[in-house]
Amino acid sequence: MKLNKNSFFSQFLNFFKRRIVLFFIGSLLVMLIIMLLHQFEILNSYIIQIINVSLVYVILAVSLNLINGFTGQFSIGHMGFAAVGAYTSATITTLLLKITPTSLPNYLVFIIALLLGGCLAGLTGFIIGFPSLRLKGDYLAIMTLGFGEIIRTIFNNINYVGGPRGLLGIPKFSTFPIIFITAILTIIIIRNLVFSTHGRALLSIRENEVASELVGIDTTRYKILAFVIGAFFAGIGGGLLAHLIQIAHPTQFGFMYSILVLIMVYAGGMGSISGSVIAAFVLTFLSEGLRVGLASLSDLIKFPVGDQWRMVIYSLLLIFIMLFRTEGLMGMKELKFLIPEEEDIDGKCS
Amino acid sequence: MKRNLRILLFTLAILLVIGLIFSGCKKEATEIVIGGVGPVSGEAATFGQSTKEGCELAVEEWNAAGGLLGKNIKLIYQDDKGDPTEAATVWTKLITQDKVVAIVGTVMSKCSLAGAPISQQYKVPMISPTSTNPKVTEVGDYIFRACFIDPFQGTVGAKFAYENLKARKAACIFDVGNDYTKGLAEFFRDKFTELGGTIVAFEAHPTGTTDFKAQLTKIIAAKPDVIYISDYYNDVGLIAKQARELGFNGPLVGGDGWDSPDLVKIGGTAVENGYFTNHFSKDDPRPIVQEFVKKYQAKFGKVPDALAALAYDAMQIMLDAIKRAGSTDPEKIKKALAETNINVVSGLITFDKNRNPIKSAVIIAIKNGQQVYQATVNP
Repeated sequence: MKLNKNSFFSQFLNFFKRRIVLFFIGSLLVMLIIMLLHQFEILNSYIIQIINVSLVYVILAVSLNLINGFTGQFSIGHMGFAAVGAYTSATITTLLLKITPTSLPNYLVFIIALLLGGCLAGLTGFIIGFPSLRLKGDYLAIMTLGFGEIIRTIFNNINYVGGPRGLLGIPKFSTFPIIFITAILTIIIIRNLVFSTHGRALLSIRENEVASELVGIDTTRYKILAFVIGAFFAGIGGGLLAHLIQIAHPTQFGFMYSILVLIMVYAGGMGSISGSVIAAFVLTFLSEGLRVGLASLSDLIKFPVGDQWRMVIYSLLLIFIMLFRTEGLMGMKELKFLIPEEEDIDGKCS
Repeated sequence: MKRNLRILLFTLAILLVIGLIFSGCKKEATEIVIGGVGPVSGEAATFGQSTKEGCELAVEEWNAAGGLLGKNIKLIYQDDKGDPTEAATVWTKLITQDKVVAIVGTVMSKCSLAGAPISQQYKVPMISPTSTNPKVTEVGDYIFRACFIDPFQGTVGAKFAYENLKARKAACIFDVGNDYTKGLAEFFRDKFTELGGTIVAFEAHPTGTTDFKAQLTKIIAAKPDVIYISDYYNDVGLIAKQARELGFNGPLVGGDGWDSPDLVKIGGTAVENGYFTNHFSKDDPRPIVQEFVKKYQAKFGKVPDALAALAYDAMQIMLDAIKRAGSTDPEKIKKALAETNINVVSGLITFDKNRNPIKSAVIIAIKNGQQVYQATVNP
């Protein structure tokens, strides 16, 4: 037995027994099932579109959770990073190279453009990370808000990328599998980061910055790290969004959208990756589900209940979630498959 | 309690998803389903509301007159919140789930631009009532619009200033940071010079300023017969006031950005002797307009605005095209749409090769603080 444990074969097996690997394989299976269902028209393109939008919000919410939930920095300008990613990748694919989703190499170029967008967003995250060293809480929030608006205004004034009319005619590169795999990779990378040494450092900053500095944690470095990585994934999310709806418009990255992502983080639970994922799906499906729900209700009571009531009910439900579960849907808990088995003591993370 | 809540939330979520999946399955062949889209919630909610009412009125009329191709028309009107992402989702829903024959929508150009590629991809004809961005119809041959685009207003304004006001020297002032006002001013300049007039001053002002004296002093020193102000009503009011203070008494001309009750509140008597181009005037004596205003008031209890009129027209154009096509085949509807020649509330409409309407504009004058119908100008 003892010998076996170190053999290559058993290591190979053990690798596949790890939860996170199982999670990845399981997700791929789910993806294949959804694609099959779509192929046989059990799920129509509408459902796929909602899933696509939800997955983009998963990327945005999970990355914001890294900054807000795990590191305890109150950032509300997340869409500013998404705008950088969206405009950068869309400029490359649409304005500079003029490629269309017809061949595999073009998809590769798209992925490189996405990564470049992410990197540039990460760079802006690095720049915004610096002032965050001096500011805390509400003050930091105001600064990030201002920063997000500055980015938006800059794009509003660059004629090359369409100015106030937006960047148009973006090719539709964001297909379901691409968005899905990107979202899964985002979840896995941020999960691995959170459960690493660096993640511990981020958590300690959230709990008590002074204390963590006293035990020798380089808080400056870690806060900037959180901003850079959060902004990187926000940039990727923004790029995917632009290539999904085929337009990048400055108003899409406004303050209210940053708040929507923030709501997802809070409704899902601060410091819970699975919470952000669930909240992104629940809130996006809720908003669309109410559309259908209200239509059936109108048929039922023979009285037209217009689409405009959708947002009223949506907000009411949101209030109820926050009233009954102040800590968010998942609290600080994590779903089992996202916790490394060595740390799974009582289902709680840190 | 917590467990119950969790179960409740979970059941709700499952029900929603199941509802979403299966709601598309019921399909009745006795109806022709038309999709409508507009921002009935969000920042532009009043625009969406007007458009919705315009569409509803048109569909109601057609149904009362026996429907379309012997079938009842069903309008499914959806909210896009003025958000492109939402618009893309709504378009996918209407086409793949509700299986609409055609779509009338939406108000904002950015949302129409998110919907248009989807319409083009699935070959479902769409007509936007109010999206003025020229790029919207450039997306493809299934995309039309019912309103005139920005350059047209500048052209009509110039024609009106030259022919009706007999102006020979004109000056322009516009917001440099706004595509709409800049475009209008440029097209006014081009048409006015083409007609034989001279542009004596062409002044830009920065966005958000309230003091226009520097630009106006320069303009008035050049002694124009008329000043073309392509700004929105709040800036127009201030510019008019300051121009009058500086001693300019000639007529002021502008575009549909003037169309607001607040214009007179801000500008006061300064906007008297002002004229602007618009899509529609409720005082237009044409019988079709008066009938529309009467019906709209009877149904909704208020005076229709330009958005309601344009949405009503867009729906009329679409239904008329389906009727002439004689079927719901998208190819035939598209062809019929391109051959449109119909008299609607905002004028006689035909489409050019870019699927933009060729139609007349109305000129509205400000007299004694009231908007008064002045003339109809053909391009």
